[in-house]
Amino acid sequence: MAYPKQYRYTKEHEWIETKGDIATIGITDYAQHELGDVVFVELPAPGTKVSTGKTLGSVESVKAVSEIYAPASGEVIESNASLQNKPETLNTEPHGAGWLVKIKLANPAEVNSLMDAAAYEAYIEEKQKEASA
Amino acid sequence: MESVTSPANSVLRKTPLNAVHRRLGAKMVNFGGWDMPVEYPSSAGLIAEHRAVRNSCGVFDVSHMGDIRIHTRNRPGGALAAVQYTTMNDASKLAIGQAHYSAMLYPEGTFVDDVIVHRLGEDDFLLVINAGTREKDVSWVRGNTQGMDCVVEDLSDAYTQLAIQGPHAVDVLQKLTDTNLDPIKNYWFTHGTVCGLPNTLIARTGYTGEDGFEIYVPSDVATSERVWSAVLEAGKQFHLVPCGLGARNTLRLESKMALYGHEISEKINVWEGGLDRYCRMEKGDFIGRAALQKARAAGVQRVLVGLEMVDRGIARDEYRCFNEAGKPVGVVTSGSPSPTLCKNIALAYVPPTMAALGTPIFVEIRCQKCRAQVVATPFYKRPRRAITV
Repeated sequence: MAYPKQYRYTKEHEWIETKGDIATIGITDYAQHELGDVVFVELPAPGTKVSTGKTLGSVESVKAVSEIYAPASGEVIESNASLQNKPETLNTEPHGAGWLVKIKLANPAEVNSLMDAAAYEAYIEEKQKEASA
Repeated sequence: MESVTSPANSVLRKTPLNAVHRRLGAKMVNFGGWDMPVEYPSSAGLIAEHRAVRNSCGVFDVSHMGDIRIHTRNRPGGALAAVQYTTMNDASKLAIGQAHYSAMLYPEGTFVDDVIVHRLGEDDFLLVINAGTREKDVSWVRGNTQGMDCVVEDLSDAYTQLAIQGPHAVDVLQKLTDTNLDPIKNYWFTHGTVCGLPNTLIARTGYTGEDGFEIYVPSDVATSERVWSAVLEAGKQFHLVPCGLGARNTLRLESKMALYGHEISEKINVWEGGLDRYCRMEKGDFIGRAALQKARAAGVQRVLVGLEMVDRGIARDEYRCFNEAGKPVGVVTSGSPSPTLCKNIALAYVPPTMAALGTPIFVEIRCQKCRAQVVATPFYKRPRRAITV
């Protein structure tokens, strides 16, 4: 799966897409593959304040709970309700329909320090090399 | 998001099939110091592997488990005496060719490990033990049978152990052996030629709650890979898939089978663990018997119950349990989504007063108390085949 060029990425495998001061956040294809079949998603309610690097929710597979870290600070405007009944969307469409939350950014410029698609692809290639060494 | 799998590590122990698992693209994890496959994304993934075993068949590499052979040194009865002393079930009741579930206990009546005891001969026993307790168990048996008339052999590295499990396991294995598998009853075993390998132990045992077999073949890599491939080939007709430790755990949990370090441990005694029927106090003395006598008279402080989540949320290992008033009452020993039941289930230790079916128990999941209720176990029981004449 390709990594959308207009997204930015974190080392913890979240992606963020900004349009003005509104950002959509999700987890990457690499992350969903690591996790396995997603069975449960826990997301913050609208109005919740999120801080960069702090937990905003969690995604669970059968075997593991994985915290999701906010790539940027802001306030939650919407959480993806469809994931309650169809958590598997995170596996099939992690960069699209499997988005997690939309936030109003406290500081839109913050996002610029994150990896772009090329940098993220290089980063996970390194990780995959480590894993099969 | 935190990383869930571990990178390759040369310090971890490997089974003879390690390269095969990696070639199949398995996700590998550190299980008790072993580099083991947790699931195989390319063929199935955990949930699909689990369902394959329930509906048809799957194969597990369980070579990380250990094997201790105890046989008599000089006079008849030496090995039996050693097994009787170090384990809690009554080995004298085993026929040659029969196996049973048992455990080795500390003098306190708590668990060293659980074990499957196979009676190979009048005075010849094979104990199959957990991977994480291999060395501890061997030392335990050796140390406690020192003056006794027996030989204790650690055969753990001698075998590649494969578990072929599911309603079609018998059909798959039958293609690989001339030994008629039908007459082998549950928890009985035989020796036969499998994949051309003579005198292979074929046991109708497993850790999934389904029908199935475990076979023990020589552990050299070439033989191990050849047999694994033969099983996969024979299984194609039945959509057999390789299965990892992830599915192994969800399968055994649904069937309420204990996992050492969780439902049983050095801190838990036989009565608390609910394993009374495998503990034959009347057989004579064994390590732990005296303490168990006292504990039974004193009454248990906690019991193992099954839980089903009522609120949204997944109860997991070590999550704390509370009563309705918010008082801490116990702990989850194993918890997971159940792929067969499509519910979130768990086993937990709670006070005996809270063990009645339907009792509400609140599991603390990331700082929130989520409602669960006590349910009957096992959560899943395999359908009995109707005998057609």
